[in-house]
Amino acid sequence: MATNGANAIELKNVKVFYSDKLAVDNVSLPILKNKITAFIGPSGCGKSTVLRALNRMNDLIPGARVEGEVTYHGKNLYAPNVDPVEVRRRIGMVFQKPNPFPKSIYDNVAYGPRLLGVTDKRTLDEIVERSIKGSFLWDEVKTDLKKSGLALSGGQQQRLCIARTIAIEPDVILMDEPCSALDPIATQAIEELMKELVKSYTIVIVTHNMQQAQRVSDFTAFYSIRKAEESGGVERRWGVLGEYAPTEQLFHNPKSEETERYIRGEFG
Amino acid sequence: MTATTNTPSRAVERIKNEESFLSGLRNRHLQGTIWKYFFQAAIVIGIVALLTLMFNVVNRIVGLVAVREIVDPATLADGRDLESLSAEELARIYSEYRLTGANTDGGRVFLRDNVIGRDTFQANPQAPMSQLLPNADLPPEVGALTFSELQPADTQVILAAAAGQITLLDAVITEIVGREILEAWTFTESTFNRAAIEERVASNEDWAGAQLEWRSWLNPQFLTTRMTTIAADSGVRAALLGSLVTIALTVLIAFPLGVGTAIYLEEYSTGNSWFENFIETNIRNLAGVPSIIYGLLGLAIFVRALASITQGRTIISAALTMALLILPVIIINAQEALRAVPPSIREASFGLGATRWQTIWNQVLPAAMPGILTGTILGMSRAIGETAPLIIIGAATFIATDPGLTSRFTVLPIQIYTWTKDPRQGFSEIAAATIVLLLIVLLLFNATAIILRQRFRRKLSG
Repeated sequence: MATNGANAIELKNVKVFYSDKLAVDNVSLPILKNKITAFIGPSGCGKSTVLRALNRMNDLIPGARVEGEVTYHGKNLYAPNVDPVEVRRRIGMVFQKPNPFPKSIYDNVAYGPRLLGVTDKRTLDEIVERSIKGSFLWDEVKTDLKKSGLALSGGQQQRLCIARTIAIEPDVILMDEPCSALDPIATQAIEELMKELVKSYTIVIVTHNMQQAQRVSDFTAFYSIRKAEESGGVERRWGVLGEYAPTEQLFHNPKSEETERYIRGEFG
Repeated sequence: MTATTNTPSRAVERIKNEESFLSGLRNRHLQGTIWKYFFQAAIVIGIVALLTLMFNVVNRIVGLVAVREIVDPATLADGRDLESLSAEELARIYSEYRLTGANTDGGRVFLRDNVIGRDTFQANPQAPMSQLLPNADLPPEVGALTFSELQPADTQVILAAAAGQITLLDAVITEIVGREILEAWTFTESTFNRAAIEERVASNEDWAGAQLEWRSWLNPQFLTTRMTTIAADSGVRAALLGSLVTIALTVLIAFPLGVGTAIYLEEYSTGNSWFENFIETNIRNLAGVPSIIYGLLGLAIFVRALASITQGRTIISAALTMALLILPVIIINAQEALRAVPPSIREASFGLGATRWQTIWNQVLPAAMPGILTGTILGMSRAIGETAPLIIIGAATFIATDPGLTSRFTVLPIQIYTWTKDPRQGFSEIAAATIVLLLIVLLLFNATAIILRQRFRRKLSG
């Protein structure tokens, strides 16, 4: 495993609860700076839950609670004096379904900077242009920035969402299955974009697609499900971190049998 | 074991049976067709009912009327045309008329209110006339008198000198030469039964001097003149202004309160505590409370308890009561609209480091605005037609002056109610005209809100 100095985020014994039900147990892993870390695993294994714990998005769900430590540059994100708004400004997020605001392309990208108090038209123009160029969307929309973001195709919408995220210059970008609603060509465009973005950002991606994890990521964390029978025959399920390793190693030389069965496609 | 193997096979046979499928299919289609005709019939009945209502109202606002001058203008000035009379002559006619019957002030009130001006007079009620009317050329002995010392002859002199011919002519025509409606006919009667009506007017001995003429009851004059006790001269100005001011004030109060409540309940409260559930349930129940109960509440709180603020039975009290009445409608609709905003928009905004308020203000509210406006339209439409609570809090039925925020008031539905009750000729016609006016005002309000809503929608979908 990498040294602490190169870690953007470090998770130590993270547990997530939804209204007192354990959803993810005891996850410890580093997120390396300027690398792409992929979270894979079967449905319900808690990979998205862990991802949302990294920028305190779980705070928005009533009854959600995080235990353990999520350290970002040596600071625990869940310490009482930390403002979640600041966390999300440093650790941005791209969602599973493209969710542009029902506004123009320009306003979508300018939204983040405006939140931060940027009102100067020239500065905004510059940020918008740089961000849309940064998400490889500029050539397709440069003549029509006034058009509604919702009028774009699915793949373009997702790249718009990425542009929107990088407009506020975060350190880390979290991507929650960003290609699951897209066709293969749009997916390829996003993957190429990620490889470009990782030069300046740290990326964490949740994906169902193991080929995608193999293609784009440097490190992979595999999550699996644990089950237990409670009194009364009710089954309780929660996710755990099964294995974390460099992608190459995890896919070709997995340590655990469960990981191997999963990447061979025996369950999912 | 045999039962379980036999039953499925019989079931499979039943499913595969071509004949029973075909006869069943006919039945299924028939069922659908019957329901379809039922729904169509429902629409037709609804439209017929609406058209009947509209026809009934509109039929009354245009038609023939038999009118008679109460005082023949020719008798006032020995056959001379009123317009050719001088100010002195008109002042004499007016003062004399004001000395007959119930009017014994000799024109003093007219002098005070329309020539001197009430404010000027009240500022200095003991001043001599020459001081109150500095521009008029008054004889010295009259100019030295104070208002309370004026005799009818003095008043006449002052009116002739100070009021001007046009003002006096106007007063004589509107106050003395009244017109009496003997009978009014509906549009259909007037069109298809004209001969019989003419015959009736000509043959009725009590109606000597009556004239038959077409009259549109909803005319510009009706909108702009003050209320009088004579149907043909009466206008609806005070009620129209009363309605407009009341509704504007109601929305001004209810919109921010209602939307604010909805935002709190949807965006801030967790919805878990019993107290919040209690509030939600109660808001829903309040929407169904009969409006007259709100009237009682308004009477107790706004008219009585808060009389020092609202000045009693005023437009402010009315608007506050109406605001309470439509608040639940606005809250419930705004809550629905906020709930319909996709969570993904909120997540995206939070994910970019927006605070809760920034998210609500920049994303959630604009997306919910069309729905919020729809709820406001519903509430406004309800408020503009409400009569019961206003009767309870004491809307007046006869108001001649324009309403102010703290003056007594009347509104269109109250006027419809009083005029419909009035058995004298012409009043059911001006009630009908007021109904049409109320509908027009309602449609205008709604159209404005719908245009606003569409603009928001277009802005959102780009």
